[in-house]
Amino acid sequence: MEYFELLLLGLLVICGVSTCLTKNLLSSLVIFMAYSVIISIVWALLKAPDLAVTEAAVGAGISSILLFLTLRKLNNIRKEAEHEEKH
Amino acid sequence: MKKSIREWFAAWDADRFDLTASAAGPMHGSAKSEPPSEPKLDEPIDRVAAGEIKAFQMIYPILAVVLGTVMIAFLLLTVFDLPPFGAADNPTSNEVALRYVRDGMAETGAVNLVAGVILDYRAFDTLGESHVLFTALTAVLILLVTVDNRYDRITIDEGFERMQHDRIVTTTANILMPIIVLFGVYVILNGHLGPGGGFSGGAIIGAGLILYGIAFGFERLERYLNFRTFRIVCACALCFYSLSKCYSFFCGANGLHTIFSPGTPGRILSAGLILPLNLAVGIVVACTMYGLFSVFKRGKI
Repeated sequence: MEYFELLLLGLLVICGVSTCLTKNLLSSLVIFMAYSVIISIVWALLKAPDLAVTEAAVGAGISSILLFLTLRKLNNIRKEAEHEEKH
Repeated sequence: MKKSIREWFAAWDADRFDLTASAAGPMHGSAKSEPPSEPKLDEPIDRVAAGEIKAFQMIYPILAVVLGTVMIAFLLLTVFDLPPFGAADNPTSNEVALRYVRDGMAETGAVNLVAGVILDYRAFDTLGESHVLFTALTAVLILLVTVDNRYDRITIDEGFERMQHDRIVTTTANILMPIIVLFGVYVILNGHLGPGGGFSGGAIIGAGLILYGIAFGFERLERYLNFRTFRIVCACALCFYSLSKCYSFFCGANGLHTIFSPGTPGRILSAGLILPLNLAVGIVVACTMYGLFSVFKRGKI
């Protein structure tokens, strides 16, 4: 079990660093979702099931959806700027 | 003001920044009514704006580094003042935690001690959290709700609309949506018996509503969840929370007998106020999550 926890913690570090370092914002978001899922498993292993449920629902669900929406909106603004440059 | 911010965005967006980007003319608000061929802004004003942007771009990283260093130094200085980790005479290891663990179940009636602490001993904190969520949604409403149709091109995007005709998305939502909402209700109602509670259950229900909205369109959701019901439900839940906690704090502080008894720990109808408070928090959180998504997505609830 200890090795499993070490593996999860290592993955956590990898996910956290690569969220910052990824150039593509979309893949960065997906990695961030993976980070939330992994940390919710870690909470469950640390005997904090309340936190695990909340983390899975909010971290991997809601906040990622909101970030996806923001990304889409930014892309729209960018498209609009290009559109108006053409005119 | 709004226009100029957008122009900044357009100009700041790319490395291909040049004067023509910000001189591209009035934004779409007036572009609909008149041909967007000739830029209306004067050249000197544009140059000033471009200079400001360039200066801002130079100052911004320097300021970021300085502010970051100051914050880090401040926090590290605070760390040095902390008592040693895990020492027995730390201010955090006092009799409060012992009391919670020893008498928590008898006093609150909640098998899940976390729920007992956050909704009974520390209910005031949770009340503040619910209000923080509600305030955040109010701020987003103030900022993002579209009063007129001028910004329709920003708010309407095709990506999610395309999903409504996607067989995979609609079938998945059809199967999963009832299960997700049922699980959310289970988590809320079992908050005092097992892991979970109002906040996580409400977030799960909110996610289910969002999934339904993406798959089948928000018009179908609007039949039973429009802004009116949203307002009434949220206000009622917050008022119920505040009033019932007022009552129980008043009684507790004055040593009076309350009508809410802890009951038999382990029963579904036990733990006094925790179950209704969980319900109230869950309703507020579900509405807020869905409302945030809806406002971000299309500018209204």
